[in-house]
Amino acid sequence: MSDIVRPYGDTTGDGMVQLSFTLPIPHDKRAEGAALQLAAKMGMEPAMLVHAKQMGDGFTFFVVYGRVNHLVDVSKVEVVERDFPLLSAKEVNAAVKRGLRRKLSVVGACIGTDAHTVGIDAILNVKGIAGEKGLEYYRELKVTNLGAQVTVPELVAAAQRERADAVLVSQVVTQRDAHLHNTREMSAAFREALPADKRPLLVVGGPRFDETMAGELGVDRIFGRGTTPGEVASYLVHALVTA
Amino acid sequence: MAKLDLDPALVARARELARRAGQPVVDLARSHTTVSVERAVLRLAGVSGADPDGIPWVNRLVDAVVDEVGLEHGVALPVFAALQQEGLTPADLTLLAQKAAAGSVRFGAPRGKEATAARKLATRATTAGIRTIDRRRAERDRLVKRFGDPEQRPWIYLIVATGDIYEDIPQAQAAARAGADVIAVIRSTGQSLLDYVPEGPTREGFAGTYATQENFRLMRAALDESSRELKRYVRLTNYASGLCMPEMATLAGLERLDMMLNDSMYGILFRDINPIRTFVDQRFSRQVHARAGIIINTGEDNYLTTADAVDEAHTVTVSQLLNEFFAHEAGLADWQLGLGHAFEINPDVPESFRLELAHALLARELFPDAPLKWMPPTKHMTGDVFRGNLLDGFFNLAGTMTGQGILLVGMMTEAVVTPWLSDRDIALQNVRYVLGAAGGLHEDFVPAPGGFIQQRANRVLAEAVTLLEKIEGDTLLKAIADGTFGIMKRPADRGKGLAGVAKHADDYFNPATALLEAS
Repeated sequence: MSDIVRPYGDTTGDGMVQLSFTLPIPHDKRAEGAALQLAAKMGMEPAMLVHAKQMGDGFTFFVVYGRVNHLVDVSKVEVVERDFPLLSAKEVNAAVKRGLRRKLSVVGACIGTDAHTVGIDAILNVKGIAGEKGLEYYRELKVTNLGAQVTVPELVAAAQRERADAVLVSQVVTQRDAHLHNTREMSAAFREALPADKRPLLVVGGPRFDETMAGELGVDRIFGRGTTPGEVASYLVHALVTA
Repeated sequence: MAKLDLDPALVARARELARRAGQPVVDLARSHTTVSVERAVLRLAGVSGADPDGIPWVNRLVDAVVDEVGLEHGVALPVFAALQQEGLTPADLTLLAQKAAAGSVRFGAPRGKEATAARKLATRATTAGIRTIDRRRAERDRLVKRFGDPEQRPWIYLIVATGDIYEDIPQAQAAARAGADVIAVIRSTGQSLLDYVPEGPTREGFAGTYATQENFRLMRAALDESSRELKRYVRLTNYASGLCMPEMATLAGLERLDMMLNDSMYGILFRDINPIRTFVDQRFSRQVHARAGIIINTGEDNYLTTADAVDEAHTVTVSQLLNEFFAHEAGLADWQLGLGHAFEINPDVPESFRLELAHALLARELFPDAPLKWMPPTKHMTGDVFRGNLLDGFFNLAGTMTGQGILLVGMMTEAVVTPWLSDRDIALQNVRYVLGAAGGLHEDFVPAPGGFIQQRANRVLAEAVTLLEKIEGDTLLKAIADGTFGIMKRPADRGKGLAGVAKHADDYFNPATALLEAS
């Protein structure tokens, strides 16, 4: 199969895409022309304006369908591929028991003012997500969930108290890049508080993170949207036990 | 009504259990005070403004009194005794706060004649604040009469949240023009954990706009303008939650807000605020809401965002019953109880929509006179905006089929971005279509006797009664400590704001509570 692809509408190679957007102008013929001009500048040629609707006094919403000529080279895409084997809960427990001969301590929290515990709870709570149980369910993991709005010093203190092997931080609120600032602050605090060999594995997760930014943010791993508890548990075993 | 064939004896038992579970908490609330309750009293008495660092004078004054005489007597007597000693009048309360902050006033617990005089003065000053709240309520009644209520139920509830009150205003007015009956200004993330109310108009917030008295006033004035233009009274909502719940309620009453989010347990479970602090604060805030004619919105929808909406459906019912008990005890009438619930069942669960209908109808039948607050899906909104829009359509349909009172408009871009202009427009179009096409469907919608929906509703009620029995036996505080609601465990001796709680001394005096309970 070719590595070069283009969007697919209903025929191979047709390049069809759909796009919706708002322009801050009232709806008239000129506005529709403006929408098509934008589509053309974005590489949609020819573009079909299929829907236009005025909202309030000075805004119009558009839906445009059209063909783009851009090609995508799949072989040149860079992503973080899963570089560890996916284990079952049983395998995780067995690996920890054999490799560490004690429970693996995990401390989790939402830091900063972020009050959305949905992410950390999905990974940690027994309840889990999508039918997959959270880390509390794993017999050989000792989970401390600090909940929401935990300050960085509280998190560092809890990690030391619990002798954390790994610290999991969830960040949902992204306004003004709060998730990036908070993560940098967190990783800096751990670097300051503990020597490298005593530092827990730092893992952050959230729907808006770029998984390739781990190094830049000073953490060991970033998990994006759709991550399951099993993936996190498998990664912890890979990074802390088997690797 | 009576579409679910609920056993009246079981319903009565559920209410009785909620009363028995709630009563010890009410007793606790009646015998304790908090720094925020005391600050609310001083706000009613007329203390306003903030120091150059933005710390309100009420905080400075209460802190000064607490330092010198403690919190357990209430601050009213020490403050008004000091006022007399300084030769000042109640109009100079803010000046007294400034002097207290500078350390040039001494506070003590007055005795005998001095105490009698201080009590009288405090009562007079606080009465003035409560009269203002009464006038604002009468003003609302007049405006509703003049402009009218929305034509349809449910009322359409929309959120604005730019962080800048001057951006919020045109957005709120545009939303009202597009069909919103209720505007909620979401608060800045983290405001609930501030132990003071920020001052003045604010132009910067995080994922929301700070709740301040001036922001309340500006937005209410703008929506009065919209009400005149649209010939329907557009309501304004904010939050009486977090560490400053009593003060938020007071400011809402003073500025004629119409609805306030005010849950009895939300702060405990989701913000880790100390349980006793929360129960004391919420009782006072509800007394103010009762007086001000404000509709409260409770937060049961939140339980379903962390727990499973099918397995834990009965915890919503239990919380609604507890919220109802606490609300009635504080003097709120049924029409003021916007009890919450939500459309949060995983859409992949077979018959999920029928389950939603059963749960929504159960709430409707248990609380026939309450304007239930119906909250849209959030947990299972994935970023697939097309599927999200469909799910919101079903949410709207369930809302109208089961006669919900207040419908929070769901956004297809939930979990993606803060709503864009076009997202809001599409969402409102969705609501208008469903209400237009099926607005009267609740009249025809009668579940089959003994069928799936009836069975499910009865089962949830039975589970709620079982849980209430357990809570009543264990006590509510212990149930909260054990993680009964929303999975979070919250012991009564932990959590934020505990330092600002005190048990009443024998001579505790609070003129506002006395006035509110006399009415």
